[in-house]
Amino acid sequence: MNAEPPLLELAGVQTHIGPYHILHGVDLVVPKGGITMLLGRNGAGKTTTLRTIMGLWQASAGEIRFEGRNIVGLETPAVARLDIAYVPENMGIFSDLTVRENLFLAARQGPLDNARLDWIFGYMPALKTFWQQPAGLLSGGQKQMLSIARAMVEPRRLLLVDEPSKGLAPTIIQNLILAFHALRDEGAAILLVEQNFNFASNVGDTVAVMDNGRVVHAGSMADLVADAALQTRLLGLSLDSHQ
Amino acid sequence: MLNSLLSQDLPRSKVLSALLLIILVGLLVTPFLFPGARSLNVGAKIAVFILLGASFDLLLGYTGIVSFAHTMFFGVGAYGIGIASTQMGPTWTAMAVGSVAAILLSTLLALLISLFSLRVRAIFFAMITLAVAAAFMTMASQLSDWTGGEDGLNFKVPEVISPAFSLSDEKFLGANLDGKLIAYYLVLSVSGGLFLLLLRIVNSPFGRVLMAIRDNDFRSEAIGYRNVTYRSLSSVLAALFATAAGILYALWLRYNGPGTTLSFDIMIDVLLIVVIGGMGTLYGAVIGSAVFNIAQGYLQDLLKLAHGNIDTLPVVGALFHPDRWLFWLGLLFVLSVYFFPFGIVGKLRTAALAKKPASLGGS
Amino acid sequence: MSTTTSVAPTVEDLPAAPRDWLPVLLVPLLILAALPLVGSLPTWGTLTIAGLAMGLIIFMVASGLTLVFGLMDVMNFGHGIFVALGAFVGVSTLTGLSTWIASQSFALNLAALACAGLAAAVVAGAVGVLFERVVVRPVYGLHLKQILVTMGGMIIAEQVILALWGPEARPMMRPASLQGAFFVTDVAIEKFRLLAVCVGLTIFAGMFLLLNRTKLGLLIRAGVQDREMVEALGYRVRFLFIGVFAAGSALAGLGGTMFGLYQESVTTAIGAQMMVLIFIVIIIGGLGSVGGCFVGALLVGLTANYVGFVAPKVNLFSNILLMVMILLWRPRGLFPVAKR
Repeated sequence: MNAEPPLLELAGVQTHIGPYHILHGVDLVVPKGGITMLLGRNGAGKTTTLRTIMGLWQASAGEIRFEGRNIVGLETPAVARLDIAYVPENMGIFSDLTVRENLFLAARQGPLDNARLDWIFGYMPALKTFWQQPAGLLSGGQKQMLSIARAMVEPRRLLLVDEPSKGLAPTIIQNLILAFHALRDEGAAILLVEQNFNFASNVGDTVAVMDNGRVVHAGSMADLVADAALQTRLLGLSLDSHQ
Repeated sequence: MLNSLLSQDLPRSKVLSALLLIILVGLLVTPFLFPGARSLNVGAKIAVFILLGASFDLLLGYTGIVSFAHTMFFGVGAYGIGIASTQMGPTWTAMAVGSVAAILLSTLLALLISLFSLRVRAIFFAMITLAVAAAFMTMASQLSDWTGGEDGLNFKVPEVISPAFSLSDEKFLGANLDGKLIAYYLVLSVSGGLFLLLLRIVNSPFGRVLMAIRDNDFRSEAIGYRNVTYRSLSSVLAALFATAAGILYALWLRYNGPGTTLSFDIMIDVLLIVVIGGMGTLYGAVIGSAVFNIAQGYLQDLLKLAHGNIDTLPVVGALFHPDRWLFWLGLLFVLSVYFFPFGIVGKLRTAALAKKPASLGGS
Repeated sequence: MSTTTSVAPTVEDLPAAPRDWLPVLLVPLLILAALPLVGSLPTWGTLTIAGLAMGLIIFMVASGLTLVFGLMDVMNFGHGIFVALGAFVGVSTLTGLSTWIASQSFALNLAALACAGLAAAVVAGAVGVLFERVVVRPVYGLHLKQILVTMGGMIIAEQVILALWGPEARPMMRPASLQGAFFVTDVAIEKFRLLAVCVGLTIFAGMFLLLNRTKLGLLIRAGVQDREMVEALGYRVRFLFIGVFAAGSALAGLGGTMFGLYQESVTTAIGAQMMVLIFIVIIIGGLGSVGGCFVGALLVGLTANYVGFVAPKVNLFSNILLMVMILLWRPRGLFPVAKR
């Protein structure tokens, strides 16, 4: 890994939602310019972690440092304006708006850059086809593409992506992986929540595993892939059974 | 014995108990302590609105349903008496017929409304009941052959409770022993009795299911209670008690018109009473009704006093004009919603609990 | 570089974008159906214009309310207070400009009306900002408290209006050149009502353009669907909401002035009078939908006028019946907004 300070660092983050105590002290490091996978069982707190970073739920304790600055307490629009993009589990597509309008909203700096659009279309041709159609007409996989495209439309420093591969066809997943790698090469860091270890192992550089509201393991993806016993312990099933 | 009378739902606060006692005793001795038509009127109105408020609290505070059509049932009860008296003469039989007809109509309307309510969201429902109530009031004005239209109905009541009736020419402890007195105690006793009945209802297993539904309707349905049935039953009960309040009111006033029982202003008054008094407590209706009606009757005098001194101030002065008493009550209402969500009763009870951490708040 | 799917989807594969025109057809249908019921062509013509005028005024007032609900999940039961406020400000303005009103010059009359409308809108809008900050903001997301608190705000505001303007009904004189009617063949068309139609249509056109052709409109439409995502894209929805609330209140104020002129008299009850119809309209239209609100308002305005002529006793009921029938057809209104 590089010796630069991490882009994002969570220290002892706790989150309560009403009476429920979801995050019990999350410590997480997302290095600059890499893809970090956030794995774990259902209910481990992965989505909550992303939402807490984004300010959609306020952390009740702990610190979240983005480029050294504590962002706990910031409202969501302020977090987004730090060039942090969020791709939620439910995609958050505005179905009455066209594909074009969806992307237009995501481009805060100004009009859509055609060159950039062509680059995006390279990975997601369907978006070009349905450009003027209401986004609600897209298939599930295409909506997922649109959701990620919104995070690509301008360079962002950090992307928070929640289970993008869920229910997608393998060919589309291939495009997704290529897109993520392209973003990483451009300099963005990505924190990617996933349940599918196979997908995760193909995408991520580093990995953190959550259980019961805490991070129980963190390290390089390569190391985890090589250690079948560790996989079984952390994820219940080894890589083989995820094929 | 008090415990079972109040269905184990004690005031749980010394101050509250004292207030309730003062109100009860005050109502009972009003004819003797504060003789005169005005105080008698306020007393009767307090009693009627205790019942009406409590019936609304059953719906709002215990079942969690916001319905602006509640005054409809109040009006149905009142018109039942009025129309029966006008058409059949002021006999007890007529009163009975009118009451039964009103009860049947209310039941039917309540069922219809609750059947509809379960298909739409709460906000929808609130808006729709507003529209229905408005339409009902218009209809009452339109059917002038029966209802006397905009002017309403002036009617006679059975002899025993009419002002002309006299038990004795001598005064008793300062009060005239006439039909008005008898009517007054009739209103008090029926209202009180029905209030105790409501206490019994909300403290029964049925009442507890209602509160469960109010707090988490998803869960209650999951446990196995059919929310539909309970909500409908609660709506009908609330409507019936409101109808009873209307019947009493008509017997007292010997008059009813759209503005007396059906107007939106009455609905607002009930809302103020229940919220300021305390939702989901029933005792809130008692406190609220007393506060509201005394304010309506006497706050204006207080304001007149203040207004006389500061009426030169531009806007603020105008707000102290006696006619603007509702402004102050409205302010109290809004402050209640923000700061005392359980009204005066709730505030008193939490204060009592705070004083006695180890044991139950006593009364 | 990229892999494409084996069969690239084309536009032809798509079902035609379902622009749902069926509910809009209800309006001309109603107008046509009313003709045999009303009987005479001239009366029908007059009633239709009256209905459209009233409908557009209702639309002005209701559109803000439905957008506010769609965007921020806030149902302002006190919305009628902006109508009343606007009406009274309008009356006062016109009283101040009485010479302009009395003049036969159309231009001067129009100027006076514009001043009144503007004053009403500005005052109502300003009060709206205050109302949102003080009354509404503390109760975001709590529906029961919203209903109670906005009603309480309405009670208080009504008393303040009474304190400022007094309880008597104020007559609201139509400007000299807009009094009376002119005749197209046999049909009497009240001049003021025609003006109301023009103003209403202009406002609708303006709203349509704003919502569909500007970034602001885009944000509003997106926010109505998924407020959280709009925030996650970096936009401060809080300010959006204040703006929409203020605009909605301003429009309600303008509507109040127009309605006052329509009725030629103003009391504090003017707000409450309209509120029932407004609720019916936004329920019919679908909460959050401006287009639905437009269609609903026209239907309600027309129904009120046709039935008011044919069977006045069941006027309000006919609108409730209309609402019930539409809900039976589309339980969430004519154009329900697809929430996340």
